[in-house]
Parts: sequence; structure tokens; C-alpha cells
Amino acid sequence: MKEGSKTCSEKCFADMALKKKGSRRGALTALLGGAATAAASSASAAMATDEEKELKRIKRNEFFQKYYRVMTEEERATTVARFERKAKLEQGIEVKIDDTSARPDVMFGYAFNISKCEGSRKCVDACVKENNQDRASNIQYIKLFEMEGGVGSVHGGDSEYSHEVPVDGKYYLGTQCFQCENPPCTKSCPTGATWKEADGIVVVDYNWCIGCRYCEAACPYFARRFNWKEPEVPKEEINPKQHYLTNRMRMKGVMEKCTYCAQRSRHGKLPACAEACPTGARVFGNLLDPDSEIRWILANKKVFRLKEDLGTEPTFWYYAD
Amino acid sequence: MKTFLNFIMSGLAVVFTGSVKYYLWLGLLLSLMLAGAYGYSIQLKEGLGATGMHDHVSWGIYISNFIFFVGVAAGGVMLVIPAYVMKDRDFSKVVLIGEGLAVAALIMALMFVLADLGGVTRFWHMLPVIGFFHFPQSMLTWDVLVLNGYLALNLAIPAYILYCRYQGKEPIKKIYVPFVILSVFWAFGIHLVTAFLLVGAPDKTFWSSAILGPRFLASAFTAGPALIIIIFSIIRQTSDYKISDETIDKLSTVVMFAAYANLVMLLSEIFKEFYWSSEHTAHARYLFFGLDGHNAVTPFIWGSVVSNVLATVLISFRSLRENHAVLVPACFVLFIAIWIEKGLGLVIPGFIPSSLGEIVEYLPTLVEILVTLGIIGFGLFTLTALLKVFIRIETGAMDRNKGWWVSPSAK
Repeated sequence: MKEGSKTCSEKCFADMALKKKGSRRGALTALLGGAATAAASSASAAMATDEEKELKRIKRNEFFQKYYRVMTEEERATTVARFERKAKLEQGIEVKIDDTSARPDVMFGYAFNISKCEGSRKCVDACVKENNQDRASNIQYIKLFEMEGGVGSVHGGDSEYSHEVPVDGKYYLGTQCFQCENPPCTKSCPTGATWKEADGIVVVDYNWCIGCRYCEAACPYFARRFNWKEPEVPKEEINPKQHYLTNRMRMKGVMEKCTYCAQRSRHGKLPACAEACPTGARVFGNLLDPDSEIRWILANKKVFRLKEDLGTEPTFWYYAD
Repeated sequence: MKTFLNFIMSGLAVVFTGSVKYYLWLGLLLSLMLAGAYGYSIQLKEGLGATGMHDHVSWGIYISNFIFFVGVAAGGVMLVIPAYVMKDRDFSKVVLIGEGLAVAALIMALMFVLADLGGVTRFWHMLPVIGFFHFPQSMLTWDVLVLNGYLALNLAIPAYILYCRYQGKEPIKKIYVPFVILSVFWAFGIHLVTAFLLVGAPDKTFWSSAILGPRFLASAFTAGPALIIIIFSIIRQTSDYKISDETIDKLSTVVMFAAYANLVMLLSEIFKEFYWSSEHTAHARYLFFGLDGHNAVTPFIWGSVVSNVLATVLISFRSLRENHAVLVPACFVLFIAIWIEKGLGLVIPGFIPSSLGEIVEYLPTLVEILVTLGIIGFGLFTLTALLKVFIRIETGAMDRNKGWWVSPSAK
């Protein structure tokens, strides 16, 4: 309503979050605990309207929220807290939204061993679970192409196979967002809602995306996915460990994509796909670390990238044993 | 100020009065608009999943129509150049009709872009100052600038001229001619920028052609004036406003030469796409012959090319071109042929096969078709309204001395 009373709870969140970043969740539960006590003493119907009002206010503030890249630290904390609260109010789940930015001296890179991959699609499943993709339209960031021996272009591959793998005489080649060093998608975006972070990851501010899909047309690797309908993830399957720029819940009409699981990789973990791979075909690491496995592969294996002639400079390489 | 209010009121009165046939026409347009609004309400609720688009073919008939109507808007300049730059008397009289068409076509183009947005309520993110205008990197921001600029020019110039005439004054050339010159360059700009929007996608090999921009201009300068000829013929049949045979003859020559240029460039593209077959030319193979049994657009493109050539041949003969019983249907055929070529035949095959070689076809849904018809209905209504006011002022039936109420005439 009025500026002062605008979002008291939000401000409290922000303050608490700023005071001690780690205690945001604690603050949330404390506040919710208070709310629960209040609920016990008052009629539940009145409580419901209070929550409805709060949700309305949250949605209004969400509509007017700023572009993520121009937000101050404080505004980011407020925004993050608002989305955490929204998840609680709308779905009754406790999510933790991280907004860790790129760490210094890190540039992520990925290598895919086409000799090892057997096409099990374990990576695809792990990715979907980790990143809260829409189950209804079956959004998948990773595509595995079953390739004939002797054929190098994915145009000759089959990504729709449904037989037992591996098949003799075939090899498997996985694609996803290659986090190009020179990405056509970010250049094409009219609102700047998608950009490249300092550690090389291309992200989307879902709330800033207007859904024009120019980036999807500009991407040479079919890496972007659009939420054609309101995304649906069963409550019990939602991954509550979320990052603002990656796997937090999306809404209909916005673009999403692989981010090398920044919510994991920025904390030193492997992306879900690399962790799930049963054959060790997926290698992920810091290109700026001379001792990393990815650097060893680039130095000692014969590597190639897809459509290198386009000048997009993917940070995703293929190699064979 | 009072005169201006009167101008608006008389304009509105003119728009909503007319013969029974005219009311039937308005009724048809209104039902199209209502159907479109209904379709759009479904799309708003369900998201763009209510359309036939998907991740493989992520732009469909909305963007196709957007591109086509930008061309129609640019085509209006084929009246502006002879009228203001070459000072041709016949064209000077009708140039405002071309500008009215440009306004209607631009409004349609902008509405198609809005209909295509997944988050239409967030469109303000694209505006300078209150949003983040990713200029000059994104070609879409260029399109926002050129389309809105062209709309402003084409609203302001005729409004100034008509308002002067309504007051019985002569419009002052020093005031409006500089803007007219600007609008000529701007007309080329809108269609070139719209072509560059597609050419700028690095691996859409079907669009990645240096002659796409010039091809857009040639087809626009065919389809735009062809539509204007059809409009002239309707005006001659339904009002007292005089449009001379000479005007139509001159314009039909413009259509003819633009149609030649369009066909020459189409042929150049076809040679490049078919002489040496590669992954990059799979889109053209899909368009003209189908790929792996997928051939949803094949009949349309052949229908378009064949009728385009036939109509061009017909209007190449002077005796046929000057016979309006041949010219007007030929212009209609040309207009539809280019609509199909620019619409279905340009945007959709660009996505088939996809960047990774997969073939997933696209068919518009009923919702999408309703929204499209609704936007076209709104565009035609805008055009009708602008032309009606223009004709009333030009025939002297609407001026300030007669007050804002103009009694309905039989015509």
C-alpha cells in the first residue's frame, strides 16, 4: 500500500539476510514459527486471508522488481527472501535460494569422452531432477545422439532412440549448453535478460525475460528451452537447494537452459550430469587451474568442438581415448 | 484546441456512419476482433503452449505475419517517393492512402510481436530508461526503434496535412517535407532491419543470406503497391473520390518491376540452395520437396511460386495491365503469393531441420489462427477508419465549418 508499510516482512528478511548470510533460513523459520503461534490463537480463516494478502503483495513486488544485474546487494537479498517466502506460501515447501556469484580465478570447462559414453541417459535424468525442469512437457537440457561410426555431424545422429544401449558400431555424443565464450544468445537478447557470468556460465534472469525467444533462434546448438506452459514439478520432487540464476522455479513464458549446475559448481561440486555419469565420460573443471583434469585432457587428448567455424568458442570439448 | 477536438469528433462520426454494406463490413471486422480476443485470452491463460510452436520451431505465424506486414508498411513508400520526391501530381493526390496503409500495417506488425511474447506484461523491460534497452547489440532493439519511429512519422505527416485541410489551410511544405524525406529512408530501414533480425542468427543457414534484405524490399515493393491498387479499386467503387486510371497504371508498372526484381532474387536463392546440396541447404529442400516424408509446407510454397510467376507474366502485358478486370485479381494473387512466401515459406523452414539436424514440423493451432485473424481484423478496421476520414476531408464533405456531425451519406 504505502511506501513505509510496503513490505515489512521483506525488509526484515533483507536485514537479517544481510547481517548474516547463512542465517537467512533461520530467520525464515523463526518468522514462520511466530506466524504459527499467531495462527493458533486466531481463527484460521483470518490467517488464510493474511497469507493471501502477503502472496498478493509478493507477486506485485515481483512484477516491479528490477533487472538482477542492476540490483544492489541489499535488493538481491530482499528478492531472494521474497522468492523463498513465495515457495512457502504457494507450495508449503522450504526452499533455500542461493545467489552466490562467480568465484575469482574460475572459468568452467567441460570435456565429453565419446569413446566412453554408452548412451544410458543417466545424465539426462539427473539433470532434470537437479534443475527442477517442467515434468509435463519433459524439458531436457541434455541431448544424447546415437551416431553411426564414420559420421561426425549430429545431423546424422538419432536422439530419439529407445532401445538397449550401447549398440555395436555406434557411438554416443551428448550436447547441452556449451557456455560459449562468444555467445550469440546473449547478444541477441533485447532486454539483456541473459548474460555471461565471469566464470563463463550463461545465465537467465527469469523475471527479466520477456519470452521473445530470439535467443533460442540465435543459438546454433539447440541449447535453450522455453516454458511453453506453466511448469509443473511434483512437490515431493522439487529440489529445494536452488540458485537464483539457475534451478529456482520458473514460470510460463520464460527461457531456461543448462548452467553447468552453477548452484553446485560454484560450491566446488560437479554438475549433476557429470556426477551421474556411470562411465566417466564427463569431465568438468576449472580451466584456469593448471592441475585440473580438464586442463590435462585439453593438453594431452585430441579434442574438437561442435561448429567451431562459427566462432562461438564453446567451453565444451569432445575427445576420444 | 477546440478545432482539434472537433476534428477528432467529426472523424469518429465519419468512421461509424455509412451504408448497410459498410456496417456489414464493420460487423465482420468486429467479429474477427472478438474471435481474436477470445483466442488471446486462452493463450494468456495457458501460455504459448496454446500455439503450435515448440522448442524446435520457436517462431510461427505470428513472427511470419509480423515480417510480412512490416513489408506492407514499407511498400507504402512506393507512393511517397514519386509524390514528394519526383513531385508527380497523380501520386501526390493519393499519397496519404499509402501512409494510412503504412500505419495500419505497422500496428498489425507491432501487435503480432506482442502476441508472440511469452511474458507480455513484462514487455516494458525492453523499453529505454524504465527497462534495459540492449542497444545496439540486439537487432530486436533496432526493430523497436525503426518500427515505432516509422509509425510516428506516418501518423504525424498525414495528421498534419489533413488537419490543415480540415481547417481550410494549405499545409506548409517547409514543415512536413523534411519528415517525408526522412520517412523514405526510414521505410527502407524498417524492412532491412527486420531482415537483419533473421540474418543475424549465426547458424540459421536458410536466413543467412546477404540478399535477404534486398529480397525483403523487392517483395515489399510488390505486395505493398499491389494492395494499394486493390484499395484504389475499392475506393473507386464505393465513394465519390476520384482516382485516375493514370495513377493506377503508373502504380501497376511499379508492381511489375518490383515483381521482376523479386523473382530474380528468388531464382538466385534457389540456385544457391539447390546446385550444391549440403546440411546448410536442407531447409530449402524441406520447403520445396519435404524431408523424410515431412512436407507440410510444400504445397503452399509451390502454390505461391507458381501463382507469383503467373500473375507477374499477366501484368507484364500492357493491354492486360491496363485492364482492371485483370490487374486487380492479378494484384490480389501477387499479394497472397508473397504473403505465403514471406510467411510460411521464410520463417518456419528456417527452423526445420533444427540446429542439431532434427526434423519436427509445425502447424498453427486454432488459438493461433484466431489471434492472427483478430489482429488482421483490427488492422483492416484501422485502415478503413483512416481511409474513410481521408476521403471525407478530400471530397470536402468534412470540414470545420460543417460542425462535427456529418450526416451519413448513401455511399
